[in-house]
Amino acid sequence: MSFGELVLWGLVKFVAIVFGWVMLVATVLTYLERKQSAYMQNRVGPNRAWVMGKKFPLSATLGQILADAVKVLVKEDTEPPRGGNPILHQISPALALVPALLMWIVIPFGPGPMPGAAGENWFLIADVNVGLLFMFAVMSISVYGATIGAWASNSGFSILGGLRVAAQMISYEVTLGLNLVGIFMIFGSMRLNDIIWGQGELAWGIVLQPLGFILFMVASIAETKRAPFDMPEAESELVAGYFTEFSSMRFAVFSLSEFIAVVAVAAVGVCAFLGGWQIPWVATPVDAAGVPIYGWITVAQVAIFLAKMVFVIWLQMQLRWTLPRFRYDQVMKLGWVYLLPLSLLNLVGTAIVMYLVR
Amino acid sequence: MATIQVKRRDGLSLAEKLYIPEVMRGMVVTTRQLVKNVFGHQDIATRQYPEVKKAYPERFRGRHRLTWRDDGSVRCVACMLCSTACPANCIHIVAGDRGDEKIEKYPVSFEIDLLVCVYCGMCVEACPCDAIRMDTGTHPMPSFSRDKQRIRKVQLLEEGLPSTARQGGLGT
Repeated sequence: MSFGELVLWGLVKFVAIVFGWVMLVATVLTYLERKQSAYMQNRVGPNRAWVMGKKFPLSATLGQILADAVKVLVKEDTEPPRGGNPILHQISPALALVPALLMWIVIPFGPGPMPGAAGENWFLIADVNVGLLFMFAVMSISVYGATIGAWASNSGFSILGGLRVAAQMISYEVTLGLNLVGIFMIFGSMRLNDIIWGQGELAWGIVLQPLGFILFMVASIAETKRAPFDMPEAESELVAGYFTEFSSMRFAVFSLSEFIAVVAVAAVGVCAFLGGWQIPWVATPVDAAGVPIYGWITVAQVAIFLAKMVFVIWLQMQLRWTLPRFRYDQVMKLGWVYLLPLSLLNLVGTAIVMYLVR
Repeated sequence: MATIQVKRRDGLSLAEKLYIPEVMRGMVVTTRQLVKNVFGHQDIATRQYPEVKKAYPERFRGRHRLTWRDDGSVRCVACMLCSTACPANCIHIVAGDRGDEKIEKYPVSFEIDLLVCVYCGMCVEACPCDAIRMDTGTHPMPSFSRDKQRIRKVQLLEEGLPSTARQGGLGT
């Protein structure tokens, strides 16, 4: 495959996956989260925007999403207060959105070739051999969008939110990474495709690394800046945190990138701990070269991957609306004093067990 | 002397300190509520306001009305007691001669500024002939101009019904 074809296919897959699935889920989540939280609290939630005023299934969902889109698009785009940096203020939402979208490059939606087998992976945008490391690199960059936006706003609330984003994301990225190192050690690869194949042969990551899974879930919620770790945008303390001074579509891009990060982290969790596209007790049919034979099982596998992802997202949202917010020092203490040593312990324990088993 | 047994709480138990079992318990509660509201009997506290209105209590002090006599004239005799009693000074009455020995005056104009009114009900208490009441059960509607909120005699009478009280004055 020539370089030009590679780029072309990469773009086609990126558009298909990102706009066909990721953006769709992120947009629906903006509605679903409000509805879910409403039902949890005996409220009704958004129920006023119906498509053409007709009550057919999904009419309220579609209507609300369309109404929100129209609303954010026609609202006034505010300038930062005097002393802020208008140029940085303008580009910072894009700086937050692009890394969130780039995370999707390494996430496989369906079965690729077995580890070591040559062949094209059609369910992955780019088959990077450092896989998850690339994902972590991109995830760290997404801090810049928030902090630059906060800095450019020239507002006390924003700068506090920005500082908290930086501190929190750096703290929890360590735990997040260390918990996946255990997975790397067991399966001997950083490609999510290889890890998922390995989970099919051995056992799912959640069985091999139960502590790792819990720590990963905690750290991933902190990483996506959602309650109980929503210190950066704690609305009772900081108005809206780092995007206080943003309005209209720029505000929407910030919250959309947050939702995309939620979906992405859920996808990584599914790939690393919940067996990705593996269906329990169903073997993936492969040919002699180790390339999967695509058929109805493939469709079922993609569907089950998406179902697992939806489940993890649901779990995150349910946690968000169940738990009250931590205090800022508690967040830091939890990260450095409890989660980091626990994840190191998990790592050392994994190493010892692997040495003994071998 | 009775002794009070004080039960002291010595910190958190180990299960509570671990936090995760407690989180699970919380999740069970919220998930139960979610499942119940989505699939089962809905336990919604929200009232869909413009469509479903809450009935006001019987003694709710709402918008004022002026009551009528049986012959259809206004019961008010322009004695100014209500506008005197009004702590917000929102009742403006201009009295006119009725040309009747028994009931000498009637209000030529009777205005209440609803933006100033505090809905205390003092005017109703002060009225000697049951002419003003606050039992309409409605509240002032929003409007685009302040002037619309100064309601006049005609509007006040439109709300009204003949008074249930004994007709005041002699021979009427």
